[in-house]
Amino acid sequence: MQALKVVRPTTIAEAIEQLNEGGDGARPLAGGTDVIVIARARVRDIDVLVDVKQIPELTAIEWDPDSGLTIGAATPCYELYGNADVVQNYPAIIDSATLIGGTGIQGRASFGGNLCNSSPSGDTIPTQIVLEGVANIAGPNGERSVPVEDFCTGPGRNVLGQGEFVVSISFPAPDASGGARFLRFIPRNEMDIAVCNAASAVKLDGDTVRWARVSIGAVAPTPLLVQGAADALVGKPLTDETIEAAAEASKDAATPIDDMRGSIKQRKHLSAVLTRRTLQQAARRARGEDIPSVGGH
Amino acid sequence: MVATDKPAYRVIGSRPVRPDGADKVTGRARYGADVLLPGMLYGRVLRSPHAHARIVRIDTSKAEALDGVRAVASWDDLPPKNWDELPNLGEGAAETRWMARNVFASDKALYKGHAIAAVCATDPHIAEDALGLIEVEYEVLPPLLDVREAMDPNAPLLHDDLYTTDLSGGGTSDEPTNIGKHLEFRSGDIEAGFEEADIVVDREFETSMAHQGYLEPHNGTAMWSEDGELTVWNSSQGPFVVREQLHMLLDLPLSKVKVVPMEIGGGFGGKIPVYMEPMAAILSKKTGRPVKMIMTRQEVLEATGPTSGTWVRAKIGATNDGRIVAAEIELAFEAGAFPGSPFSAGALCALGPYDIENQRVEGWDVCVNKPKVAAYRAPGAPATAFAVESVLDELAELLERDPIDLRLQNAAREGTRLSDGTPLPVVGNIEVMERVQGSEHYRSELQGENRGRGVAMGYWRNGGMETSAHAAINQDGTINLVVGTVDIGGLRATHSMQLAEALGLEYDDIRPQVVDTSAVGRSSVTGGSRSTFAAGWAMHELAQDLRTQLEARAAQIWGVERDEVSYGDDAVVRGPEAEDGSERSVSFKELAGQLYGSGGMIQARADVSPTTVGPAYAGHVVDVEVDPETGKVDILRYTAVQDVGKAIHPSYVEGQLQGGALQGIGMALTEEYFYDDDGVMRNSSLLDYRMPTALDTPMIDAVLVEVANPGHPYGVRGVGEVPIVPPLAAITNAIHAATGVRMQKLPASPRAVLNELLSEET
Ligand SMILES: Cc1cc2nc3c(=O)[nH]c(=O)nc-3n(C[C@H](O)[C@H](O)[C@H](O)COP(=O)(O)OP(=O)(O)OC[C@H]3O[C@@H](n4cnc5c(N)ncnc54)[C@H](O)[C@@H]3O)c2cc1C
Repeated sequence: MQALKVVRPTTIAEAIEQLNEGGDGARPLAGGTDVIVIARARVRDIDVLVDVKQIPELTAIEWDPDSGLTIGAATPCYELYGNADVVQNYPAIIDSATLIGGTGIQGRASFGGNLCNSSPSGDTIPTQIVLEGVANIAGPNGERSVPVEDFCTGPGRNVLGQGEFVVSISFPAPDASGGARFLRFIPRNEMDIAVCNAASAVKLDGDTVRWARVSIGAVAPTPLLVQGAADALVGKPLTDETIEAAAEASKDAATPIDDMRGSIKQRKHLSAVLTRRTLQQAARRARGEDIPSVGGH
Repeated sequence: MVATDKPAYRVIGSRPVRPDGADKVTGRARYGADVLLPGMLYGRVLRSPHAHARIVRIDTSKAEALDGVRAVASWDDLPPKNWDELPNLGEGAAETRWMARNVFASDKALYKGHAIAAVCATDPHIAEDALGLIEVEYEVLPPLLDVREAMDPNAPLLHDDLYTTDLSGGGTSDEPTNIGKHLEFRSGDIEAGFEEADIVVDREFETSMAHQGYLEPHNGTAMWSEDGELTVWNSSQGPFVVREQLHMLLDLPLSKVKVVPMEIGGGFGGKIPVYMEPMAAILSKKTGRPVKMIMTRQEVLEATGPTSGTWVRAKIGATNDGRIVAAEIELAFEAGAFPGSPFSAGALCALGPYDIENQRVEGWDVCVNKPKVAAYRAPGAPATAFAVESVLDELAELLERDPIDLRLQNAAREGTRLSDGTPLPVVGNIEVMERVQGSEHYRSELQGENRGRGVAMGYWRNGGMETSAHAAINQDGTINLVVGTVDIGGLRATHSMQLAEALGLEYDDIRPQVVDTSAVGRSSVTGGSRSTFAAGWAMHELAQDLRTQLEARAAQIWGVERDEVSYGDDAVVRGPEAEDGSERSVSFKELAGQLYGSGGMIQARADVSPTTVGPAYAGHVVDVEVDPETGKVDILRYTAVQDVGKAIHPSYVEGQLQGGALQGIGMALTEEYFYDDDGVMRNSSLLDYRMPTALDTPMIDAVLVEVANPGHPYGVRGVGEVPIVPPLAAITNAIHAATGVRMQKLPASPRAVLNELLSEET
């Protein structure tokens, strides 16, 4: 690890200034569970860490039954699963929040950090995508909002420009007929990185799928919103056949690599398996069934 | 004093709190990383990015010019070497020549991570920055990664001065080769044996390199003083073995090297060789300051010694009534960059649990462009047991026999000759098999889809080696015990317990301490399942000596003949009746109070090297569930049965069984050195080098069978290693029972299992 400086802005404006000044060597610090690892391994040259946790907006959780949920980008996972409104209304967020790392990591790791780290395997990103999350960005040229599915541009890369950072992530209010589920496949039972992950969200009219979103991760340079999977479902009854068609669409959309974490064949296969399993469980949640998150906290 | 069947012990078999426990759980215990000395410098290592490359040029001038950098060291800084001397490394013997070339690459880098140069600076960040300023010109050579390709006579050579040594009396090869050693065991008539067989199963198996996975990285701090004395503080399995390696590598007299053992955060065989200690010593000599070096996790995985990746072929023939009539085993072990894999132990252990008349076992120790392997818990045995126990499972299935029945029918017992011809002493092999078969786990019905049960056996010879100790009696009747074997897994406690037992004292009366190499006689490593075994002999000798001296002192105080006095097991010294008819007796504590002033205090020392080692047998039962859609194997239930001879401290013995099983589970399911074609390990972090976590295993039931070792005062057999032997095959046999698929290549990762399941479908 190289020697580096840490600054602690308390306002958005101050943070923008410090990030802008620091240029390429400056990085926001949320929980630090990615960025400190990266700094230690010298994957990137970092000389200033801008700790954004002292900025009130970055750790706020705001819930409104009409307009939905906004979470500060640096809110740690344990604050999410400790929040009754989030638990009640966004079980898929809890799926992701409870399985990142372990209890210790969840005390620090944030959804904003996970998104901005922009790893293809980030375990909150498919969830954010299927819940129609929007990243609210602040920067030297003002504010802008980007849908999460458009946020990542490649492994470790995203749309943020010089001096920009994510303030919060917003999700629309859930639908009474809706349900969502996130699952990942890892070789162990905890402390691991997804070989493949997936989230599905559905809204049902009786047996018919009125609306659906499916997202898969770790099988392409960025987490994917699989339009073909939604197309295979929307307007059709939710049956083994339509679910299988959606699973096949995920498998087709996946363009994984072979590496030490998984093979192409395995990841394509898992894209289908996890699409099927998340859809089945999202539908059960939509019908009011309580499917607990299985994270290790 | 030889153990009878069920002697009544007072202290042995109880579960007292360990003397080092409170300090360890409160963080007060001092490990290698806690060493802080005034003026200390920090060292870092530049390592080869290539698996195989000629080093054309090293230019360290820019690094040396960096502000804060104090010295740089490389191969040329090692003193002229006398290659013919061989240090006694216990289970990890290696020639100094190879050892030196592993410390620093000489003319070639032989694996990714091979040390090229070391830098020390006033802070670790500067040392790290300096590494980037060292210029190295490499001529990259193609890496040799496959053990069987490396055996090919036409394969490129790693070393031009390596010749094959034939351990079976065949001398040394004429031409240089990649094969360090070869051996063959033969008995009976192998051809006739297979001819007699009604059924023969012949399969090939592979395992991957696997790391011991101790959480504490290697570390060493060295101070080379102006008068030429070297002191090294580090965490190792044996300070004396560290001292010997430094003596050889640095050409220093043993008396001028002092090694101070810090607490150790796990070793499992891997903390016997030195890596950075000699570098730190050289850097300290150059700068006149203490130099501290600690490896990163990546360095631990890429540049210390994992266990061999292996190829094993097992061909076993049986008659229809289940008699195993012939077995042929061939094995090739990756040694890594330098010779010295545990292939001979693997060869010896392969058929250890069985009595087979006709057999042939042949093995090769082969160099490849990977890190030099080190000992790892029962080195070599898990791989060969994996092969043999898988084939036996298949035979049992074909013969429609209960897998334990088949093993019992062919079980080795006292007098059975091992593959190397030595007869077994009293062992608990059959008792273990019977306990497995009779266990509630084995007899329970396994219900549910995609589930299966597997069993396997394991054998390990265990070790003896040297242990030295001193005991000094204090005036208040307590004892300070001084030992040179570092405490891994509760050794302080088991030393104290055995001494307390032998003297009739309480456990708390003995205060044990692990001391440096200047303060006690040479002691071998804590390893080879030897330490509690040898400790028992040492404590027994100390006790005999103390008893004799106390008897003499009491006789002197009473003015009676020496042989009229005796020390009883209740720690009371009794003499003849006094003239007035009163009883002459004095307790240990009272007598201790009288020593001072009656001739001085009393101490004893013991130097033992016991050879009456009791071999160990283990039998494991495991239930698994396999997700047919993902290939993931979940362990539902696990029982480890083992003959432990006598459990001195049952909790620590159970811990050994559980820990061994857990590491075996890792080898079976998730742990592997994943190399790309360039010979670069792609998973050198604990994220991607997957050891099982607490959520990956249920509680492992440890069942202790106690068939006393007649060669030990308390019946102890080594217990630490054999529990890693059975898990590999027990688990793959269970996977077979669950899915019909036989995993012959480990790890049986989800990727590998899914691949088998998907290819079964089509
Ligand atoms: C032991 C361990 C286990 C882990 N397990 C998992 C797991 O199971 N699943 C998983 O997906 N990940 C896992 N991770 C990775 C990591 O914990 C997550 O990605 C986490 O969500 C990152 O959040 P953070 O707040 O710690 O981010 P940080 O490390 O603080 O930041 C991550 C990146 O985002 C940038 N950044 C942070 N906040 C902002 C912002 N507001 N605006 C712009 N850029 C920002 C940083 O500069 C950095 O580049 C694990 C990490 C560890 C160490």
